[in-house]
Amino acid sequence: MSSSELDRLLADAEHLYRDLTFQSVRDWKRRTGGLAIGYMPVYVPREILHAQGCLPVGVLGGGEDLEIIRGDAFYQSYICHIPRSTIELGLNGALDCLDGMLFPATCDVIRNLSGMWRMQFPDKFVHYLDVPQDFDPQVGGTFYEHELQSIAAALAARGAKPLRDDALAASIAVFDTHRDAVEALYTLRREQPWKVPTHELYLLLRAGMLLPVEEHVPLLRRYRELVLADAARRPMDQARVLLTGSFCEQPPLGMIKTLERAGCYIVDDDFVPVHRWIRGRVARGGAPMRDLVGAFLESGVPSAIRYAEHGGKGDDVVARVRECGAEGVVFCAPSFCDPALLDQPMVVRAIERAGIPWTAFKYSENTGQFQVIREQAGTFADSIKLWSTV
Amino acid sequence: MSNPATAQIHKDASQERQKRMIAEHFHRLAQAPDTGHKCAYTFVPGNLTELLRTFDVLPVLPEINALQSGMRGRSRDYIALAEKLGHSEDVCTYVKCDVGMLHSGNVGPTGERLPRPDLLLLSYTGCFTFMKWFEILAQEYECPVVMLHVPYQGDGRITDAMRRYVVDQLRRKVIPMLEKVSGKAYDEDLLRQHLARSAQAETDLVAVLEAAKHRPSPIDAYFGGVYYIGPIFTAFRGTQDAIEYYRELRAEVEERMRAGKGPVTPEGELEHEKYRVVVEGPPNWTSFRQFWQMFVDEGAVVVASTYTKVGGVYDNGFRHDPARPLETLAEYCMGCYTNLDLPTRVAMLSRYVQEYSADGFLINSVKSCNSFSAGQLMILREVEKRTGRPGGFIESDLVDPRYFSASNIKNRLESYFQMIEQKRSSGAGT
Repeated sequence: MSSSELDRLLADAEHLYRDLTFQSVRDWKRRTGGLAIGYMPVYVPREILHAQGCLPVGVLGGGEDLEIIRGDAFYQSYICHIPRSTIELGLNGALDCLDGMLFPATCDVIRNLSGMWRMQFPDKFVHYLDVPQDFDPQVGGTFYEHELQSIAAALAARGAKPLRDDALAASIAVFDTHRDAVEALYTLRREQPWKVPTHELYLLLRAGMLLPVEEHVPLLRRYRELVLADAARRPMDQARVLLTGSFCEQPPLGMIKTLERAGCYIVDDDFVPVHRWIRGRVARGGAPMRDLVGAFLESGVPSAIRYAEHGGKGDDVVARVRECGAEGVVFCAPSFCDPALLDQPMVVRAIERAGIPWTAFKYSENTGQFQVIREQAGTFADSIKLWSTV
Repeated sequence: MSNPATAQIHKDASQERQKRMIAEHFHRLAQAPDTGHKCAYTFVPGNLTELLRTFDVLPVLPEINALQSGMRGRSRDYIALAEKLGHSEDVCTYVKCDVGMLHSGNVGPTGERLPRPDLLLLSYTGCFTFMKWFEILAQEYECPVVMLHVPYQGDGRITDAMRRYVVDQLRRKVIPMLEKVSGKAYDEDLLRQHLARSAQAETDLVAVLEAAKHRPSPIDAYFGGVYYIGPIFTAFRGTQDAIEYYRELRAEVEERMRAGKGPVTPEGELEHEKYRVVVEGPPNWTSFRQFWQMFVDEGAVVVASTYTKVGGVYDNGFRHDPARPLETLAEYCMGCYTNLDLPTRVAMLSRYVQEYSADGFLINSVKSCNSFSAGQLMILREVEKRTGRPGGFIESDLVDPRYFSASNIKNRLESYFQMIEQKRSSGAGT
């Protein structure tokens, strides 16, 4: 084992995280001549893009390092931060390397951003990906399949490879191995959270927004090998918490570190959820497109942006708390995030019914002061360690 | 939107008729537990009133209840209660107002208690919050919920796949659920009759709204407009009552136009039309009359508005078509204003500015509604660029009185109208 190798690996991941010029994407385009297609949170089926020879590029806003100069002129103060920093990246040329953008049906802000993008960047491919809220394969499935086919056709018209069944089947297999690799790290963190600090895991997840999947899978696997072999990583007296609400606009890295330093082991979360949106491998058996659609309908994770068809709001969070052995829940949502904040009272009701302690605070991607959050999280962790019966 | 009875002094016959219609509707709702009438809670955009009526199911519209609570001065307490129950200060105040009202006895605008729903019909059209709203209500009521997911016009058009998706949901989900709740079989011929009546009323509504192209405008298409859209956006589309209301209203408006009269305002008739403006965004309801008066004081008339299209865009030629009953319902739902993409909204506003000979346009950006508000600053610049007319921007909220700053808004409006005046005197922009 080489701790310097681990250090280098994490340093590389952090470099990707902080690189607001998207240099790795530019390099990939120079090497391959392929199309780079950006996507906003929360979920897009990257398998389609991959099968057409495109690089899916996750655009998660500008984070904590981007100075907003023009983006604020596009949004009122009561709208979340991610769209203004994304516009900023578009206007400052950082996203010139992208040949198109997908805006999935996450909320009205992301939805409307799709129209703004179309007006601001008329030469780029822009598509609003309307995912079904009806999960019947004959109804929502048919609609969703048509959506994906129309994206594939539009990309092909812009120079991507036409979508073929064999290529899509191969891409689904590649992303299945990716899902396995991500899940293996989440499992390890759940079992030995001292081996996988969340601020490290988070950097690795973010690297997967930019790197080709073929490079990201080995990175995840190598990290796992290195931390397993690192005897210096030893258990500490921390409270195990599940963090929820951070599925779209991401918290600054410093905030994740603050939570850990305040005494929390984050043993489950919903950061960068595109990696874990489909639970497990895609069930195979039909045409690859049908399989991918079926996975979305039947194996998609419960989320604030997914209609709770059968009620039971919050039951999934209770189940995840049990599964990961969490002792409490941290609601950690961006300010003005409609999906997360409208969901919260319903989830609170469910976890209170289950007797699970919780705390809540808000952030924005460029929050710079963590003292209040540190005190709140520290008090929460202490209270769990002292009094919790969960 | 409907029946804000205190806002106008002079009442035309159509207003009296509307007041009577609404009172009767709320009375029917209050009596529903005794009469056995079934009730469905649903939303204004993408509402399926004709279909509900086919099953003799009465609609209850939580947005309308919320705005009525705002106008009656109840929303502050309702919102405070919802926030006490854990709802964030950042989210839609319609939702919080509704939750607070529910936990305060669920008394409707006429003072009678609203019935519990027999069905939550989630018409998920043009607003993400709708989905969360009914998930919240589903926790409060033990009743069935049926979702109608209406795809967004992301490319500014309705595709066959989108239409089929909505029709499939209607046929396979919504109609079977309505049959189950009501105990009545689906009668498509009856639905066609309702749809034919809708189309008649819609034509008269368009004539009313387009009367504002005349100088002086005989109507105010925003503050007055919210009264005009009341029946057709709520419980009455597809009824004979609606046909008669809109026929009567149209005749009154056309008579005003012939007589060269301006709109009726809270202070009586506006005699001198000084400014003609287009307005984007919902009004503030807690200070509705005060807000309107600020325009009246300046001699400003709103000649077209987008808010009066949230429950259906009819001035683009759409009419409910009884020959294609489910397809026409699907197209109606997908065509509501907040389901249109931003380029289409910009084009629509620009067209209004031109066709209604407006001096400019104003955006009332409400904190509660990201569906409307996200992107409005870009809309402002785009419409200015395309029309050459000045845009103004004010901020308030739907029903949270904490976000209505009268002095700030008045100040901005005065500055805006001064700007128009300066452009006029310099010969630019008109």
